[in-house]
Amino acid sequence: MLSPTETAAPRRSSHPPQGGNPRPWTVAVIGNPNTGKTTLFNVLTGLSQHTGNYPGVTVESALGEFAIDGQRVRAIDLPGSYSLAPRAPDEMVAVEVLLGWGADVAPPDAVLCVVDATHLDRNLYLLTQVFETGLPVVVALTMMDVARRQGIEIDLDLLRERLGVAVVPVHATRRVGIRELEQAVLEVMRGASARPRAVPFPSVFVESVARLREALPRDRDGELLPRYLVERLLIDGGGYVEQSLLQAFGPEVVRVAAATRAELATKLPPLPRVEVEARYRWIESVLQGATRRRPLAGESLTDRVDHVVTHKIWGSLLFLFAMATTFQAIFTWAVPFMDVIDGVMQTVGSVVGAALREGPLRSLVVDGVIGGVGGVVVFIPQIAILFALITILEDSGYMARAAFLMDRVMAGFGLSGRSFIPLLSSFACAVPGIMAARSIENPRDRIATILIAPLMSCSARLPVYVLFISAFVPAQTIGGLIGLQGLTLFSMYMIGIVVAPPVALLLKRTTLRGPAVPFLLELPPYKFPSWRVVFFRMYDRSWAFVRRAGTIILATTILVWALSYYPRSEAIRADYAAQRATAPSADVDALDAAEAGEQLRQSYLGRAGHFIEPLVEPLGWDWKIGMAVIASFPAREVVIAALGTIYNLGSGASEESVELRETMRAERRPDGSPVYTPAVAISIMVFFALCCQCAATLATMRRETGTWRYPVFAFAYMTSLAYVAAFAVYQIGSRLGGT
Amino acid sequence: MDRTLADLAPQQSSRIREVTGTDGLSQRLCELGFTPGEMVGVVRSAPLGDPLQIRIRGFDVALRRSEARRVLVETV
Repeated sequence: MLSPTETAAPRRSSHPPQGGNPRPWTVAVIGNPNTGKTTLFNVLTGLSQHTGNYPGVTVESALGEFAIDGQRVRAIDLPGSYSLAPRAPDEMVAVEVLLGWGADVAPPDAVLCVVDATHLDRNLYLLTQVFETGLPVVVALTMMDVARRQGIEIDLDLLRERLGVAVVPVHATRRVGIRELEQAVLEVMRGASARPRAVPFPSVFVESVARLREALPRDRDGELLPRYLVERLLIDGGGYVEQSLLQAFGPEVVRVAAATRAELATKLPPLPRVEVEARYRWIESVLQGATRRRPLAGESLTDRVDHVVTHKIWGSLLFLFAMATTFQAIFTWAVPFMDVIDGVMQTVGSVVGAALREGPLRSLVVDGVIGGVGGVVVFIPQIAILFALITILEDSGYMARAAFLMDRVMAGFGLSGRSFIPLLSSFACAVPGIMAARSIENPRDRIATILIAPLMSCSARLPVYVLFISAFVPAQTIGGLIGLQGLTLFSMYMIGIVVAPPVALLLKRTTLRGPAVPFLLELPPYKFPSWRVVFFRMYDRSWAFVRRAGTIILATTILVWALSYYPRSEAIRADYAAQRATAPSADVDALDAAEAGEQLRQSYLGRAGHFIEPLVEPLGWDWKIGMAVIASFPAREVVIAALGTIYNLGSGASEESVELRETMRAERRPDGSPVYTPAVAISIMVFFALCCQCAATLATMRRETGTWRYPVFAFAYMTSLAYVAAFAVYQIGSRLGGT
Repeated sequence: MDRTLADLAPQQSSRIREVTGTDGLSQRLCELGFTPGEMVGVVRSAPLGDPLQIRIRGFDVALRRSEARRVLVETV
């Protein structure tokens, strides 16, 4: 007993506008992962593409705008997914956007469904679900050339007829079929009568959905809930849709749905099976005779590559090589760009500084604003290079193999291969790493990954290590082979790697406990990465970082500047003014730096340093170090400039500064012993390796998890770890004769 | 004892009998096309023995052994 389901028309904000109307129409782009969806989206939207929040949606997506025959069209690139049965926040976004659910936003005017010609059956599964939203649909058929090479023949006319919608073959990078695709989208948005065929579900199921829909509360406009939403509520017991409806309408919804489900259980097999079976049966009937596959002799290129890439020895070596290259590239290739940025910011600082009169305004602009902006911009080369490399690895298909190779290792501490990419990225910077965690389906795994990501030694720690290692670790070799300095640097990186697994395990066994998380990951065919996609991702991630983390970094930098600038001592100012009047002009710079240092030491920040001195003394630090550590709350590397100012060298000090190193070596306690011993230096480095002194990381965590709970927790646990480890290192180190 | 996907030797071809379980993973496997009667095989296992590279409907997925056990198969 089968009956076709009616396609429910969704709510619309207004009647579809006529051509030339200034109100842009919206088109949602959806498709399986690895279909070339992102490349197509890039080609359609060009430079207008950016990452942002679609109205009413909390997870960010790629957005863009383009024009078809003068009609403005706004496009949203929905996260790649296999099914519209949401099991991850990413997938819920697609449902929310397509149904206009959960926000005061109308559904899109059309859906562009990207379908991979080489895996039609699996791709059509998602398409049948999109059909049920009732929205006008156009199919973009990608990978036609690959399909041809694989001996797959597709009868496009028959496919169009059986699906009931426009099917346009495209090759995005060669711009083949783009014009036709745009026209097809324009036509359905203008209301061309495309009638998607519906999958026949058992009639008892269809009737139950209809009855349940009547029984459920109405939406804000007094309309019945979208039919597809009700279908999902019924099929996915305990799923994201149920939770979303529970939040909107209360527990009654869940009870009614459960009752309907119980009633259906006596008449049908489990509903998820019913759904899958009905869809695949229909898909087979659509493809019957519409596709033919000539059997090909020999192995595919992907299979041949996989023999090497996933080989026990060669694969593992290649993996190490790929990771080492990525790692190396972030550190070495970015440096010249970072130096240029540093130079430019310093020039801007001195030019602006010269143009302004001495006083709070000049200090705010030069040290607070320009310093803060510089602290943001300097990250761009690393983020750009990291994302270029990640995108190349992802787009070529290698990243999935890396997750495949690493899954066993990650499973050892309760995570999966999917966590590997975010954690590796965090070695460059935890900000993109935390952002990359979005692809982890399971929320507990995702939170655990986000919480341990900042333990990976990011590039901002490197200058801190460089300064202290070059100043306090002797340039000797052990056995004439291993340099002591290099070994120390290596150890600093190892700290995070060693500490993160037990932390993850502990989290997964306590607050993030739950059933084991499955690992299911497609290993797509290898392909040459699309430079367009690489470029856009690079550009977009860098810009997203500037916008998002930028404001918070800038704000905390200005806050710390204020703490270090105020209160000003009039006595100190007058004293140095008098000295300058009589001093030879060559000494003026030194006097300036000395005055700045003296002012800083009596500022609020200096007082805070004195205040926490008893707390940091067991770590081997004096109050000046404590103060520099507080000053580096916005970003770890700020500690260097802070030390520079504290020691009267001015704020321009860098980790390469010989003067700073020598001043630190010469620094003495009141009893005449040196402040900095190797044990103290290591204690400081260990502290920075484990602490979470990074406003950008905390701000990103807040954005990605939607609550301050996790950044606060991360800061607390990492600071505690850092403190205990620094304490242990100093106490043991100084007893071993490091004093 | 039922034969499962985890028991297959690499390159051994078999047919799916059933995907057991009602959780999200079972449902996802079904959606991906792990349907009764479909041909399925293990391409290889990862260097550390787990997960497995599974081929179904012309594409490959990585799946852990413990999870591949829920896919009941018959060898052909």
